[in-house]
Amino acid sequence: MKHIKTLNNANLKKTAVKGGCGECQASCQSACKTSCTVANQKCEK
Amino acid sequence: MIHKFNLNGYFIVLDVNSGGVHVVDELTYKLLDFVADPLPEECPREVLEALTPEYESEEILETYGEIYELYRDGILFSADDYAQFADRMVASPIKAMCLHVAHDCNLRCKYCFASTGDFGEGRRLLDFETGKKAIDFLIEKSKGRHNLELDFFGGEPLMNFDVVRQIVEYARSLEKEHNKLFRFTITTNGMLLDDAKIDYINKEMSNVVLSIDGRREVNDKMRPCINGKGSYDIILGKYKNLVEKRGYDQYYARGTFTKYNLDFADDVLHLYEEGFDQLSVEPVVSNPSEDYAITEADFPRIFSEYEKLAKEIIRLKKEGKAINFFHFMLDLDQGPCAIKRLRGCGCGNEYIAVTPDGDIYPCHQFVGMKEWKMGNLHDGSFNFKMKDYFSQTTVYNKSDCGDCWAKFYCSGGCNANNLQYAGDVLKSHKLSCELEKKRLECAIMIKAALAE
Repeated sequence: MKHIKTLNNANLKKTAVKGGCGECQASCQSACKTSCTVANQKCEK
Repeated sequence: MIHKFNLNGYFIVLDVNSGGVHVVDELTYKLLDFVADPLPEECPREVLEALTPEYESEEILETYGEIYELYRDGILFSADDYAQFADRMVASPIKAMCLHVAHDCNLRCKYCFASTGDFGEGRRLLDFETGKKAIDFLIEKSKGRHNLELDFFGGEPLMNFDVVRQIVEYARSLEKEHNKLFRFTITTNGMLLDDAKIDYINKEMSNVVLSIDGRREVNDKMRPCINGKGSYDIILGKYKNLVEKRGYDQYYARGTFTKYNLDFADDVLHLYEEGFDQLSVEPVVSNPSEDYAITEADFPRIFSEYEKLAKEIIRLKKEGKAINFFHFMLDLDQGPCAIKRLRGCGCGNEYIAVTPDGDIYPCHQFVGMKEWKMGNLHDGSFNFKMKDYFSQTTVYNKSDCGDCWAKFYCSGGCNANNLQYAGDVLKSHKLSCELEKKRLECAIMIKAALAE
C-alpha cells in the first residue's frame, strides 16, 4: 500500500476464541501495584 | 471503532476491535474524518468534494481504495464481537496472591497508600503458620492452573525475611505433588538488602521490584527514613549490586512521580544512567487534596513529559541500547488474549491479597477496607459471592469503558482506584484513564518509530 502501513497482524479477535487459559501473570504482580495496565503482559502460550 | 492521533510526526490509526495499528499519511488521516462504518465500496462524492481543493482526485480515490481494503479485511472499523465473551465470564481459579508479610515499614514515604506500612490496622508481621495457610489456600483454590504467583509485599517484606524464606521453602516442597509452579516476586524498599538476601532473592524470585523514585532530591523528598533523612544513598548501591548479580534480568527499578517531580522523565533517565534498564515510574494515585497530588491541571506537563521520554527511548533503542519502560511496553502481536483484556486485573477473582492476620481482600489496594474483606485464613471463611461480583467486572460492565478506544489495553483500570476516587468499582477513575491513554499513544508511536 502506498498510503497506509499496517504494523501488526491485528489478530485480537482470533485470541478471543482460543484465549482465557489464565496462566499468564496477573498484571499487578509485575511492577505496577497502583496503575492497571493489562496490555503489557505476556501471553504464556 | 477507530482511534487516530498525530504524535511526533506520525499519523497513527488504531482499529480498536481487531487491535490493528496503521501508520498512515496525512491524506488518509484527514480522509478518515469523513467516513464511518459501514463504508461503501466507492468513495462517496462528499469525501471527494471535501478534500479536492487540497488533494488530487486520483490520489483521494487511491487512498479511499486502501482504506476500503482494510475495512473489507476486518482491520479497520471492525465490529465489536466481544460482548458475547463478556457475558460468559465466570469465577476463575485463584492463582495469584499478594502476601503482606509485614504490615510495618522502615521508611516513611509521604504518598504511601498503606498508611506508612500498617494499612491502618496496627504494625505487625505475618507468622509462618499464616504463611503456610496462605500457600495451602492458593494451592486449593487454583485447581486447573499450573502457574501460581505470589508477591511478597508489605509494608516492607525484608523486615520479615526469615518468614519469607520459610514460606518459599514450604511452597516449593508442595510444587511437585500438586503440579504447580510458584513464581515468587518481592517488592522492596531496599533498606535491609544485604548480600545474603540478594543471593536468596536472585535464586528464588522470578521478579523483583525495587522501589526508588529517581534523582536523589526527588527520592529523598518523598521517601525519607524514619529519622527523616533520605533513603537514596542507602539503597542505590544495594540495588546496583542486586541487579548486577541478577544479570540485569526480570526486575524493575520502580518509582512514583508526584506533583513535585512533573519532570519525571528526568528521573526515569537518571535511573537509566545509574545502570537500571528495566524501569517503571508511575503517577501517584491519591486524594486530590494532598499537596503532592496530581490533578487535571498537570496533564499538559505530564503529557509532554511522556512524549519527551518516548522520544528519548526511541533514540536510545535506535542506538541499540536496552531500555524498557513498563508503561510503554506493548507487544502488538503477542500480547494478552482478548479474554484477559476483557477481565482486566483479575482482582478479587483470580488475584487476592492476604494480611498478617490472615484476612483476605480482593487486592492489596483494598486492604483495610472492612466492607471489602473477603474472608480469613484462620476461620476458613471466604465470600464467594464477592468473588463472583469481581468476576463480572469486565470492560463491558463498566459504564465508561464501552465507548473508550483504550478499553482493551487498560481493561477497565484499577478497581480499587475506581472505588476510592470515582465511588464505584464499575466507574472509571478519569484521571487515571487520561494518563493511561496518553501512555498508550506514546507506546504505539514508539512502535511506529522503531518500525521505520
